[in-house]
Amino acid sequence: MSTTTDLTGGKPDVSVGHFGEYGGRFVPEALVAALDELAQMHAQTQTDPTFIAELDELHRTYSGRPSIITEAKRFACYAGGARIILKREDLNHTGSHKINNVLGQALLTKRMGKSRVIAETGAGQHGVATATAAALMGLDCVVYMGEEDTKRQSLNVARMKLLGAEVVPVTSGSRTLKDAINEAMRDWVTNVADTHYILGTVAGPHPFPTMVRDFHRIIGDEARAQVIELTGKLPDAVLACVGGGSNAIGIFYPFIQDTSVRLIGLEAGGDGIETGRHASAISGGRPGVLHGARSYMLQDKDGQTRESHSISAGLDYPGVGPEHAYLHDIGRAEYRPITDKEAMEAFSLLSRTEGIIPAIETAHALAGAMKVGNELGPKATLLINLSGRGDKDVETAANYFENLKM
Amino acid sequence: MSHLSERLAQLKSENRAAFIAYLPAGFPTVEKSKAAIEVLVKNGADIIEIGFPYSDPIMDGPIIQEAADIALANGAGAKEVLEILEFTTNLNVPAVVMTYWNPIEQYGISKFADAIKSANGSGVITPDLSLEEANPWINESNRAGIDNIFVAAPSSLPERLNHVASACSGFVYAASLMGVTGTRTSVSSSAKDLVARIRESVQTPVCVGLGVSTPEQAKEVASYADGVIVGSALIKILLEQPDFETGLKELATLTKSLADGIRQAR
Repeated sequence: MSTTTDLTGGKPDVSVGHFGEYGGRFVPEALVAALDELAQMHAQTQTDPTFIAELDELHRTYSGRPSIITEAKRFACYAGGARIILKREDLNHTGSHKINNVLGQALLTKRMGKSRVIAETGAGQHGVATATAAALMGLDCVVYMGEEDTKRQSLNVARMKLLGAEVVPVTSGSRTLKDAINEAMRDWVTNVADTHYILGTVAGPHPFPTMVRDFHRIIGDEARAQVIELTGKLPDAVLACVGGGSNAIGIFYPFIQDTSVRLIGLEAGGDGIETGRHASAISGGRPGVLHGARSYMLQDKDGQTRESHSISAGLDYPGVGPEHAYLHDIGRAEYRPITDKEAMEAFSLLSRTEGIIPAIETAHALAGAMKVGNELGPKATLLINLSGRGDKDVETAANYFENLKM
Repeated sequence: MSHLSERLAQLKSENRAAFIAYLPAGFPTVEKSKAAIEVLVKNGADIIEIGFPYSDPIMDGPIIQEAADIALANGAGAKEVLEILEFTTNLNVPAVVMTYWNPIEQYGISKFADAIKSANGSGVITPDLSLEEANPWINESNRAGIDNIFVAAPSSLPERLNHVASACSGFVYAASLMGVTGTRTSVSSSAKDLVARIRESVQTPVCVGLGVSTPEQAKEVASYADGVIVGSALIKILLEQPDFETGLKELATLTKSLADGIRQAR
């Protein structure tokens, strides 16, 4: 399924990174040489025993892999009695799945002889992970973050600064993740000679969607074996939240050939798709080109990007990774919207039933699990990617539930 | 041969570089951007480059971003871009449109090429359409009889640079430096090298953009390039002046001194 089809020739052509009609490369020419170098470096290191061993050691001795699975028995009562198994990426160092990709790309940065990394961040999880890896490996680090998000996620801003990174609040456009990516791209075009852009999701120009997926597939590889060991069989469905889609593709990818396993991505439905105030690129958008790749996106009739809305800063993005667009079109994965309200109910519920405070992003997947569990009933087993922990969201949650009381 | 190519050939025979002036369509409004284009043409701009305002302009610095935001807030879209293109070509000056790729894809590739042609536009500059993705557009622009102009960068390796330059018609857009649009205090030395490298592969005229903002810089670039592209410096004048009328007067002065600088280069 890693096969990617070149539209013009019809032959598989991984070098330009197409997933059906999606993906590809739509970038200023100034970045092409760097993207080519990166693609080549990624391809080489995928089979390089030294690189693999280095990354594996970091996983084991630094970020804490393999992450465990936890069966959520009390939460399951609210999900139709289905068996609920959580893949605990929230227990990774820095508190989310993001570290998997960042450690891989930071190692590639060193190999390419570059001394500076830049990153965009929405919720701050990817920014914190990047700042962490930069501190560990002695790289200069600048993180671009929408001004709006620096307010919503002030705790993570403080963490990044403690880790020695410079945090640049982005004041252009909607002042959120989309604009942080624009600003990071502008920095990269200017400083590409000594700088690597550690893109945090499976979007962007080739090779990012493929490379970031490859660094996150460890989630699904581990979880698949763990679930089989625990239950003796494959799960009936795998669920994950989808903004750009990195944690989702990480857990989906090793299950793609297992056609009995439903793959379900939960997008941020905001106030509801029908209100137009949401961040569901697949459920509520159409194909277009944003940030260097073709995929589903929110846009007006002229192709201007529309602002997304979500209570979750990490899902508040008008696009989605191209491989998800492809999996959607071929019917291999399903994508559904979850509203802010549904997500916050699940956020609260997991906290009270299991003693696990999830990230609000992740709460979208949990809300999806409640629906799917009720649809499939008690015989079903659902594997959910618990992509991040909710410490950063405590203030947002306190405000949200306080407002409900009024 | 497009009006653009004719004009570049004529200027070449006069032994001088072309002055290509950029403004975003509908900035600050449709009528005011028409007035600004008239000022550019009257004061010595040879070719007009009309920007399609876009929500996510990753090749543009703060000045063009701000202008695009203003144009978008005032309702500029494909219809307005084409209206201003037609207005410009009616002034008997060659004009091209500069646009990021998504607006073309959403308008319809074939339809967009036809619309440019019917407004007498000479061609389209596509700063984020990588060559790997460009075949559908190259086919449609060839069919419609308009030029397709790609941006070449100092970082392009020789083989790649040859491909980019060979894909261009009208002119090759040489990015003077690694970076985004905006005013700079000096023009990077990489510009001259890049122009020379492009000329090793193709006969197509080579025009230089990014960071050219003063008459001195324009003169320097005009000594070796076939065209000098100025955008941010012109927009900055309009953004900085308290009222539009004063802005137009200042714009006339800057345009004239840029044009003079270019004419004195050789």
